[in-house]
Amino acid sequence: MSIILDHVRYTYESGTTHRSDALKDISLKIDDGEFIGLIGHTGSGKSTLVQHLNGLLMPTSGSIYFDGKDISDSDYDKKELRRHVGLVFQYPEHQLFESDVFSDVVFGPRNMGLDKKAAELTAYKALESVGIPHDLFYVSPFDLSGGQKRRVAIAGVLAMNPDVLVLDEPTAGLDPAGRDEILSLIKKLHDEKKITVILVSHSMEDVANYVGRIIVMNDGMIFLDDTPKNVFAHYTELEDIGLSAPAVTYIMAALKKKGLNVDTGATTIDEALYSILGALRR
Amino acid sequence: MIRDITLGQYYSTESVIHRLDPRVKLVGTLCYIISLFLIKNPIGYLVAAIFLAMVIWLSRVPVKFMIRGLKAIVLLLLIAGFFNLFFTPGEPLWSWKALTITKEGIVTATTMVLRLMFLIMGSSVMTLTTTPNNLTDGMEKGLGFLKLIKVPVHEIAMMMSIALRFIPILLEETDKIMKAQIARGADFESKNLIKKAKALVPLLVPLFVSAFRRANDLALAMEARCYRGGEGRTKMKPLIYKKRDAAGYLVILLYLVVCIYIGRVIKL
Repeated sequence: MSIILDHVRYTYESGTTHRSDALKDISLKIDDGEFIGLIGHTGSGKSTLVQHLNGLLMPTSGSIYFDGKDISDSDYDKKELRRHVGLVFQYPEHQLFESDVFSDVVFGPRNMGLDKKAAELTAYKALESVGIPHDLFYVSPFDLSGGQKRRVAIAGVLAMNPDVLVLDEPTAGLDPAGRDEILSLIKKLHDEKKITVILVSHSMEDVANYVGRIIVMNDGMIFLDDTPKNVFAHYTELEDIGLSAPAVTYIMAALKKKGLNVDTGATTIDEALYSILGALRR
Repeated sequence: MIRDITLGQYYSTESVIHRLDPRVKLVGTLCYIISLFLIKNPIGYLVAAIFLAMVIWLSRVPVKFMIRGLKAIVLLLLIAGFFNLFFTPGEPLWSWKALTITKEGIVTATTMVLRLMFLIMGSSVMTLTTTPNNLTDGMEKGLGFLKLIKVPVHEIAMMMSIALRFIPILLEETDKIMKAQIARGADFESKNLIKKAKALVPLLVPLFVSAFRRANDLALAMEARCYRGGEGRTKMKPLIYKKRDAAGYLVILLYLVVCIYIGRVIKL
């Protein structure tokens, strides 16, 4: 179920005077089971890119292959593609519409053609996996807290059992506790269901602890595509394009400068802690 | 997809007409519409056409944009033309089964169609050369005298500008929600009418919720900045008449006089 993007270019308002290239020549391969962080500042094209992954936007030129098939073929079943690639938009709680939580989550699987029983079963599982307690299943989604609403909205996409889960800024507007809750939930889903996860964010701090690969976008192009460790090593270049490495990277670089023999490649607080303790012990 | 809809159709460029005070343009449009109902002969229509052409030329807006406004009423024009052409009693010129073309029919059909076309194009000139905000400002100031009879002019103008301001925001929101629901397998392209109506629920409910939320936020923000209505409120860019506005009024007056003269004196 790999996704391959081959020289994808996307132009908004093509054919008029207000044209602007949102994506310029993107080539990318996403393998099964990867956990990818897609990073870039506002307007770098990351939201445009993820909308290509499930065929909401089609490339102006270039092609996208899902599972070896070109999705711009006229006989390609886009509905099927959307079942495989679940896309959770920014502020997904704004798309809730049903009178109770459970019916809202059932909406997706029902659209996929599942019968009532099967749809309810997968909705039930999805709600359980995002940690919504049973007594909230039949309350109005509008009565929930912000974090709960967001989890219900994510469950709405999860209920379709996607093989690839794309989340566009899932932590936007949440407090630190809510942010950690959502991120560890996503991590859990990735580990337990073995699905591919693409996490879109503008914050390195958010993704550093979770992902195995980081794709940095700038001005519609891929700027860096590597492991977190290697990406953060370029922290001065990241600053040039308006991003920053996690605070840990800066502390480790500063300590190294002061003469302490620490590992500057540490990306998480725990790694940094062990590295500093180790260096002090020596 | 949905962004193709243009509602605020302001065409941004530099011209005399663009720079005119919105009140002049409002009065001008009103006078032009009145004039279209005053004139009753070909010379009158010629004058109206020349006046309109002159204004369009001065406004430097491509004629293409004026024609675009007409597209919306093509059906109306056809229906009006058809019924007037075939069903006006009078001296028959040609007939086939139930359809009869009369001399009077030709005259009424042409005047009717021309009148409608000029009407739409005339008001297009105003909306194409005036920003929505300027337009509501002009209305507020121009209709200020209605305050004397307790009409809440400022409030109405404020509501209009807020409504106009929200159109692009809600369009963008619609686009976003639509995409989110398509990602969940919703089908907005079904041919089946009942399915189509049903598909609108997941779009309209979140849209209404978000509109109310935005309205609430806006009301709160306005209150936080001590907004309390029109009384004693000043403007950053108050409307002040300039010389060209006086000239504008003069031209409108001249045009009206000519129209009345043609309507009254010249009989064909």
